[in-house]
Amino acid sequence: MYKYVAKRLLMLIPVLLGVTFIVFFILNLSPGDPAAMILGDQASAEALEMKREELGLNDPLLVRYVKYIWDMLHGDLGVSYKNNLSVWDQVIDRFPNTAILAVAGILVALLIGIPTGIISAKKQYTAIDNCSMILALIGVAMPNFWFGLLMVIIFALKLGWLPSQGMGEGGIALLKSLVLPALTLGTGSAAMITRMTRSSMLEVIRQDYISTARAKGVSEKTITYRHMLRNAMIPIVTAVGLQFGTLLGGAMLTETVFSWPGLGRLMVDSIKSKDIPMVLGSVIFLAIMFTVVNLIVDLIYAFIDPRIKSQYKK
Amino acid sequence: MRKVKSEEMAANVGKQRTLWQETWRRFKKNKLAMAGLAFMLLLVILAVATIVIDIVTNKSFYNAHVIKQDLRGRLQPPSLAHPFGLDEFGRDMLYRMIWAIRYSLFMGTIAIALSCIVGGTLGAIAGYYGGKVDNVIMRIMDILLAIPSMLLAIAIVAALGSSIVNLLIAIAISYIPTFARTVRAPILTLKDQEFVEAGKAVGASDFRIIFKYIIPNSMAPIIVQATLGVAGAILSIAGLSFLGLGIQPPIPEWGAMLSNARSYIRDSWHITVIPGLGIMLTILALNVIGDGLRDALDPKLKN
Repeated sequence: MYKYVAKRLLMLIPVLLGVTFIVFFILNLSPGDPAAMILGDQASAEALEMKREELGLNDPLLVRYVKYIWDMLHGDLGVSYKNNLSVWDQVIDRFPNTAILAVAGILVALLIGIPTGIISAKKQYTAIDNCSMILALIGVAMPNFWFGLLMVIIFALKLGWLPSQGMGEGGIALLKSLVLPALTLGTGSAAMITRMTRSSMLEVIRQDYISTARAKGVSEKTITYRHMLRNAMIPIVTAVGLQFGTLLGGAMLTETVFSWPGLGRLMVDSIKSKDIPMVLGSVIFLAIMFTVVNLIVDLIYAFIDPRIKSQYKK
Repeated sequence: MRKVKSEEMAANVGKQRTLWQETWRRFKKNKLAMAGLAFMLLLVILAVATIVIDIVTNKSFYNAHVIKQDLRGRLQPPSLAHPFGLDEFGRDMLYRMIWAIRYSLFMGTIAIALSCIVGGTLGAIAGYYGGKVDNVIMRIMDILLAIPSMLLAIAIVAALGSSIVNLLIAIAISYIPTFARTVRAPILTLKDQEFVEAGKAVGASDFRIIFKYIIPNSMAPIIVQATLGVAGAILSIAGLSFLGLGIQPPIPEWGAMLSNARSYIRDSWHITVIPGLGIMLTILALNVIGDGLRDALDPKLKN
């Protein structure tokens, strides 16, 4: 197992270099002179040239990229054009808020998606199945930011049960402010996972070993969880892993709807004020997070399905 | 010689028609997918009609009804005169909803067509030539896939600035790896088939083999992926516009309309509910068409 993990960690390095390079390259395409943006319109040509030299803008792209990565490994993502603060500090400051939201979102997705999917598959073509499939279709099609706004109208403005904006401090207040954003973020993924769980369970349900288990007199509960779900889990875990990417994208929208002080909002605000180092830092940080999460998902595979692990033992 | 060729073509056309007829016969049975198709046809007709009206009236109708503000009637709820109500600037929501169709629909379609062409070609080259070429192309695609598509689109818009063309480019690029994979997979199995070898034996060029022999035989997954891709692209366009990074006001666009509605959420519900319903129904229709097509093209997959 350790060897497998080590191997996967080594494979992560080229992917991370590729991801960071692509993001770095794209954001360096942006027109406009960063030196002029920092110093303003009145700056003299010499001052601009000095600033450019100081920022390393005269170096070739590849040199700047290597330098950027070197600095990043030392916890330095440059400074924001807007307020001259360290990008790293702001990203690290905001990231936990996004992580709380993302984890809550995936919990919502799993807690709704997997049980609904299992029930749907076991009661295929009944009213319950039809109902949940229609809801899942709607859930997948619904833009999550719109769903968030609808919940604000109903639960925050009309009923006044939950706050509509911001992040509460500590305990109950935090939980209360988390409910609507987490539902907003998780519902689409819940619908996706419901559909995936159902079809994956249906594939397993008619296998011979299920009939064998029944014939042996294994209880229905054990059959469902030990024999069906465990075998149906691989595609479900894949779907959950992929949903994390959607979730990170969705987090930007959800954070905007609920004024949640996360990384997504920081990024959107930075794009509007053309604060490129800030955007670069947050995009690279989120992309790395996503890659790491995917690695974790792959490792979970090996845990669920010993067949995958054995492939790497050779 | 000429006669033989036309006969051969006629035979081909006949054969293709039966394949598509068969697909259509199965697709027709799926009521949900047919309802989705009807809804999409309605949207296309409305979108084309608005473009015709804009050209014929030289945008005077657009200026008078779609973007002209009338603050006296602002936020008026739906009524008989204005079935969808008036928005925060007193503009008729019904007209704005209809004029917005073209942005979601045509931009989504164009973006996906672009990424289908670029991604598909890359995938075809990778799958057909294999070896080093395959390795280089697919590793780059893997890396692009490792960046969440919304994040990639945002990075591109951030770098290039928000305009309709940049939005198109951003979304097209973010879907390229998906199509490269979709096209590559069937090619890997098809390229060793006998009819491809027959093609090579009669001296057909690689280009001809890929586009005349292989691609037509792997159309099913590409079409399904494209349908679902358009739905995803429409959602991305709406999302980016909602963040203020896409289509800018006063142009009516569903996501941008929601973005404005957010400021008036305390005062009125209809300007929030209606644009979202537009997005949702469109995505829903495309998804059920995509599912229906998948079942119709490949009945084995249906569970």
